[in-house]
Amino acid sequence: MRQFTYTCPKTIEEALKAHTSEAAFIGGGTNLVDLMKMGVERPARLININRLPLTSIEEHEGGVRVGALVSNSDAAAHAFIRERYPVLSEAILAGASQQLRNMATMGGNLLQRTRCYYFYDPSYKECNKRTPGTGCAAKQGFNRIHAILGASEACIAVHPSDMCVALSALDAVVQVTGPKGDRSIPFREFHRLPGSMPQIDTNLRPGELITYIDIPPITYARRSTYLKVRDRNSYAFALVSVAAILDLDSGGTLRQARIALGGVAHKPWRATKAEGLLAGKKVNERIVREAAEAELANAKAYRHNSFKVELAQRSIVRAVIAAGEKNA
Amino acid sequence: MPELIGKPLDRIDGRLKVTGGAPYAYEHQVPNAVYATLIVSSIAKGRIVSMETRRAERTPSVLLVMTHLNAPKLPQLEGQPKKPPTGRVVQVLQDEVVRYANQPIGLVVAESLEAAIEAAHLVEVKYAAEQPELELESRLSQAAAPQKVGGAQDPSATHRGDMQAGMAEADARIEHVYSTPFEVHNPMEPHATIAVWDAPDHLTLYDATQGVFTDRARVAQLLGLQAENVHVISPYLGGGFGSKGPVWSHVILAAMAAKQVNRPVKLAVTRPQMFGMLGFRSQTRQAMAAGAKRDGTLTALSHDTVCHTSTFDEFVESASLPSRMLYATPNNSTSHKLIRSDIGTPSFMRAPGESVGTYGLEAAMDELAYELKMDPLELRLKNYAETDPEKNLPWSSKSLRECYRMGAERFGWSKRSPEPRSMRRGNALVGWGMATSEYPTRRSPSNASARLNADGTFSVDAGTQDLGTGTYTIMTQIAADSFGVAANRVKFRLGDTLLPQTPVSGGSQTAASTGSAVYLAAQALREKLIQTAISDARSPLSGESAQDVALENGRLFSRKDPSKGETFQALLARGGQPYLEAQASAKPGPEKERYSMYAFGAQFVEVHVDADLGQIKVARMVGCFGAGRILNAKTARSQLMGGMVWGISLALYEEAHTDYRLGRWVNNNLAEYHVPTNADVGQIEVLWVDEKDDHINPLGAKGIGEIGITGAGAAIANAVFHATGKRVRDLPITLDKVIA
Amino acid sequence: MSDKSPGDLSVSRREFVGTAVAGGAATVLPAYGQVTEPSPELVACTLTINGQREDIQVDPRVTLLDLLRERLHLTGTKKGCDHGQCGACTVLVDGKRINSCLTLAVMHEGSKITTIEGLAEGSNLHPMQAAFIEFDGFQCGYCTPGQICSAVALLDELKAGAPSAVTPNVAEVRAIEVTDDEIRERMSGNICRCGAYPNIVAAVRAVQSRSNA
Repeated sequence: MRQFTYTCPKTIEEALKAHTSEAAFIGGGTNLVDLMKMGVERPARLININRLPLTSIEEHEGGVRVGALVSNSDAAAHAFIRERYPVLSEAILAGASQQLRNMATMGGNLLQRTRCYYFYDPSYKECNKRTPGTGCAAKQGFNRIHAILGASEACIAVHPSDMCVALSALDAVVQVTGPKGDRSIPFREFHRLPGSMPQIDTNLRPGELITYIDIPPITYARRSTYLKVRDRNSYAFALVSVAAILDLDSGGTLRQARIALGGVAHKPWRATKAEGLLAGKKVNERIVREAAEAELANAKAYRHNSFKVELAQRSIVRAVIAAGEKNA
Repeated sequence: MPELIGKPLDRIDGRLKVTGGAPYAYEHQVPNAVYATLIVSSIAKGRIVSMETRRAERTPSVLLVMTHLNAPKLPQLEGQPKKPPTGRVVQVLQDEVVRYANQPIGLVVAESLEAAIEAAHLVEVKYAAEQPELELESRLSQAAAPQKVGGAQDPSATHRGDMQAGMAEADARIEHVYSTPFEVHNPMEPHATIAVWDAPDHLTLYDATQGVFTDRARVAQLLGLQAENVHVISPYLGGGFGSKGPVWSHVILAAMAAKQVNRPVKLAVTRPQMFGMLGFRSQTRQAMAAGAKRDGTLTALSHDTVCHTSTFDEFVESASLPSRMLYATPNNSTSHKLIRSDIGTPSFMRAPGESVGTYGLEAAMDELAYELKMDPLELRLKNYAETDPEKNLPWSSKSLRECYRMGAERFGWSKRSPEPRSMRRGNALVGWGMATSEYPTRRSPSNASARLNADGTFSVDAGTQDLGTGTYTIMTQIAADSFGVAANRVKFRLGDTLLPQTPVSGGSQTAASTGSAVYLAAQALREKLIQTAISDARSPLSGESAQDVALENGRLFSRKDPSKGETFQALLARGGQPYLEAQASAKPGPEKERYSMYAFGAQFVEVHVDADLGQIKVARMVGCFGAGRILNAKTARSQLMGGMVWGISLALYEEAHTDYRLGRWVNNNLAEYHVPTNADVGQIEVLWVDEKDDHINPLGAKGIGEIGITGAGAAIANAVFHATGKRVRDLPITLDKVIA
Repeated sequence: MSDKSPGDLSVSRREFVGTAVAGGAATVLPAYGQVTEPSPELVACTLTINGQREDIQVDPRVTLLDLLRERLHLTGTKKGCDHGQCGACTVLVDGKRINSCLTLAVMHEGSKITTIEGLAEGSNLHPMQAAFIEFDGFQCGYCTPGQICSAVALLDELKAGAPSAVTPNVAEVRAIEVTDDEIRERMSGNICRCGAYPNIVAAVRAVQSRSNA
C-alpha cells in the first residue's frame, strides 16, 4: 500500500475541499482497502467520510431517502425498507457476509469495482480498465464470470453488486454533491457500459460525493423477488441475479414489470426489452420465457461463460413467476 | 478408574483455542523481529531479465531487498539426496529461471509489514517469457510412467488376469473418462515462519509445519547446518491437509533473510501466493473400464490415471490405487502416468490418490450398476473382497459389510426409488447416492517419553504435531489410562524438535505411529513404577508380584488388598529421585508382510438439485467407518465429518481455474476459489463400527484423517446423477455442467 | 491470559530469545542507496480494546487487524486471507461484527473493540466459547476466534430481528424463527477449512436456546 495522508472531515464542505486529484473518499472500506492492498488503487490521500451526517433513513416524497453512509446491514434490516421495498433488503442480504454488510455503506456499494481476475491483480499486464490501452486479458483468458450483455472489445467485466440490481429495478435516484454543486443521477444512468473507456465505471465526476439514494414510491413493490444464482449457497458473487417487481392488475395482467439483471454486464442490466414484451400480458412461464429470450437475444458469450445465456433466461422466468405469486 | 481411551473428552487445547491464547507460528513473540514479504513471479515460464529494486530499497524502514542477484548462494542445494515426499526441490533465488507462476523471485525485509509490502510492490521485474504448457488432455502422448507411486512406494502399474478377456465375457460394460481439477489445500492459517539465528550456526524456526523433524532435517541439509543445530517449534497448526508436510521455499528464504539482516525475520505467505509454491493436488484424468456378468459379478476392472508433475520434481497423484484392492475381480489392470508441466510441484493433499481415485472408481461402479439395473449397494456387496485381491493377503480387519449395513439403515437407503429424476420436492430434484471409502493404514517409527514428576503429575513428550486432529487430546488419554489417572494429571507436549523424534503428520499415521510410542512409553513407565515399588523393601508393596499391582487415582496398590499401597509422590520421595522416566520407540513390525491393512467405510448422500438452475445442495450425508479403535469419540467424529465436508468440496466446489495461455491460476483467493461455507453443509451423521484389530499396531487404531473424504466425492456425484439423470464426469459439478 | 500452552516449552524458548536479542540490529540497508521517500506520517488515535483505552500513533496504512496482532500483540484475531474473504479476523466494533482486515486502525477513533481475548470474564468463558469446546466446533482452531466473535454478534442480530438471506418473507417484520438454516447462512462469512460447520451450528444453537430458556 502506498503511503497516504489521512483526514477525517466532519462536514461535507470540508470533505469536498479535502479532495485532490489523487485523493479517495473512504466509507466502509471493504472494497477500497482491498484494492489498495492489491495495488489497484493507490491514493495519495484518504478522506474518511464516516463522520459526515449521511447516516439516516427517512421517508422522502412518498418514498425513502437513504443516507450514503448507512451500512448495508442497517438498510437491509430497516423496517421501512423491508416493508416497502423488500427486494432491496433481499438483494443486500444476498451479497457478501454479515461482517462485510456491517462495514459496507450504501454509497460505497454503488462504487464497487469489478471482480474480474485480470483487473484485480496488477501483475496481469493486460487490463484496459486498470491501465487503459493495455488490452483485455479476459477475452482470451478464463472468462466464466464475465459479461454476456453490453460488453465491448475493450472490456468484458461485470459489476459485482447485488444491491445495485435491486436499485436499478426500483428506479432509484443517486444524489451527489461536488465542487460544482448538487445533482441527481437516475440509477440507470449512474453506471456505465464499458465502451472504449472501461476505466470509468460510473458517471460520477471526479471529486463528487454520493450523499443519498432516493427510492421513489412504488405501491406494488412488495410483489417482488430477488433471485441470486451462484456457485455456492452463500458468500459468493452472482453468476446471474434477477430483481423482479411486478405491477399486476386485479385480473392478473401485468401493467408493468421491472426486471434487472446482475452478473451479466458492466452495470446492473435493466431488462427493458423483456419489460416491454411483458406489459399488458398475463404472467405465465411461456410468456416470460419468450420475453427472457428476447432480452438475451443479443447476448454475446465467451469461451467459458456461454452457460450464462441460458441461465439468465431461466432465472428471469423463475424470478418473475415467484414475484407474481406474492401479494403487493 | 474408567478407561479414557475412546471417551469423548473435550479437546485439551480447546480452552486456549477459544480464548485466542494458542500461539500459531507467526504469533510467537520474538523481540526485535522484522517483517519479510515475498515477491513472486507473474509468469509461469521464462527468465528474469532484470529486477529494478532501487525504489524498494529507498522505502523507509526497508532493510533488505533480496533477489537472485544478491542472494547468498547455497552450494549444498545441488546433488544432495532429498527424501520425498517431504523433501522437495525449492526455489530460493539461486538463478533467474522461472519455472511456474507464483514462484518466489525475491523477498523484502522491513521494520514494518506495511513498508515491506509496499517495497515489494515497487520492485519492477522484466521477464523473457516463454509459452507455458499445462494442458493435460492435449499432451497425453508425453505421459510417462513413474517408478513408484503412493505413500507405500507401490508399483506404478499392476496387472492381474486378462483384462481384455474379462471385458469380453462381461454382459454389461462401461468405459468412461473422469477428471478432477487442480485443488489447493488452503488451510486457514497461511504458511508462516519466524527464523531466528541464535548463533551463526544455530537456527530456531517457529514454523507452521506438519513435521518438525522432517523440517529440521531438510532445512539443515539445505542450509548446510548440523541437524541438531536447527530447532523447530510448532505447538499449534492452523490446518495443513498435507500442504505443511514438505519444506517449501519460503522457510529457507526466511532463514536466509534473517541471516542477512541479523535480526529475527517473520515471513507469512499471503493467500494469493499460496497458489503454486506450496504444493497442491494435480488434475487427474482417470480412464475407467469395468465389465460384469448379469448378476453383477465383476469380470474386469481397469483404472488408468494421468496427472501432472513439475518440470523439476516428481509427485504422483496415485488415483488408481483403490481399483487394485477394493473389489474381488480376477481381471484387473491399473496404471499411472505423469506429464511434466510448468507448475510448482504437486504434493500430497488430504487422502492423496484415494480421494480422487475413489471418485473415479466409485462413479464408474455407479454407472455399471445402472447398466446392470442393479442397486449400487448390491453391486458392491456382490463383489466384496474377502481378502486383498492384489496382495493376496488377509485383511488385518475389515468391517466394510457392517459399514454398508449400518450406513444404509441409518440413511434409509432401502426406500430409494432407483430411477433417476424419480424423486422431487418443489423445484428440487432429489437424488440419493452412495460410495465406498477406503484408506490404507500405515505407521512409521516414532519415539516418546513419559515422566512421573515429584508432584504426582505426569509429563509425556513426543515431538509430533496437532493439526487440529486432536493429537494433544488422544495422547493425553492414552497416557492417562496407563497411569490410572485423570487427564488433567498428564501434560502432553508436542511440536518441538527438543522432544522425542516422531514422524511427519501425514497419511493418517500420527495416532498409529506416535500413539503407539506414547502407549509403550507410558506402559514402560508404569512397569518401572511397579518394579521400583515391589523391589523396595521400604514400600508397602515390597515383594508383591508385578501383575498384582494396579495403578489408580494417583497411587499404586495391591489388587489383592487395595488398602496396601502408596502414592506416586511417596514412591518418588522415598527414592530421593526428582522424577522417574521411561522412553519407548515404536516401529512397524512384520504386520505389513502378513496383512493388508486398510480402514473402510460407506457413505450415503442426499442432494437437492434445482431442476432449472442446476444449483446443488447437499441435504444430508451418512458416513459409517471401520477404522480400528476410536481413541476419542468426539474428536474422531469431528475429523471424519471434516473429511466428509472435504468430499462436498471435492464434488461441488473446489477448482483452481487455469488460464492456460498464461499458465496461471486466476482465482487465487478465497472469494473465488470456493470451499464450502456453513450454508453449503447440510446434516452430517458419522457412525463407526467398533473394530478390534490386534495386528496393525499396539493401539489398534487405524487413523482417520483421510478416510472421510474418500468415497464422499463419488457418493455426491452419484446422487447428482440420481437426481438429474445427468452424469457429470468432470469435478467439480458446478451448475453450468448440470444445466448444459 | 493465565492459560498456559500445553506445548509451551518456556525454559528453552526464553533461553534462545535471549541470545537472539543480543544480536542487535545490524541493517543491510541503506548500504546501496539512501532513503529518499519520507517516512509515513503517523496519526494519533484512541481506541478502547477489550475495555482498555489505547492511545496509539500509527501509520494510517495499518489495518485494525495488523494493529491488534503486530502492535498490541492480541494475536487471537487471525489473518486468514487479509482480503475479507474468510472471516478469521472477525472482531466486534461497537457491538457489530466486522472483518478487521479491511478496515484501517485510524478509522476507529473512539470505537469500542472487542476481540476474542475480551469475551471471557476472568477465567469464566463466554457461553459461546464454552459451547464451542462442548460441541467441538473447531479442529485446528485458526478460524475459531472469528467464528466465536461472529456467533456472539449473531445472537444480538437475532434478538434485534435482523433478517438474513434465508429468512422467509423479509417484508413481514417479525421475530426470526431460529432454524439451522438461519444459523448456517448467518455463519457463512466465516470459512472453516477443517469442516466443523455442523458442530458450529450445534454450538450456536445451544447457546441461543439456553439464553432463551
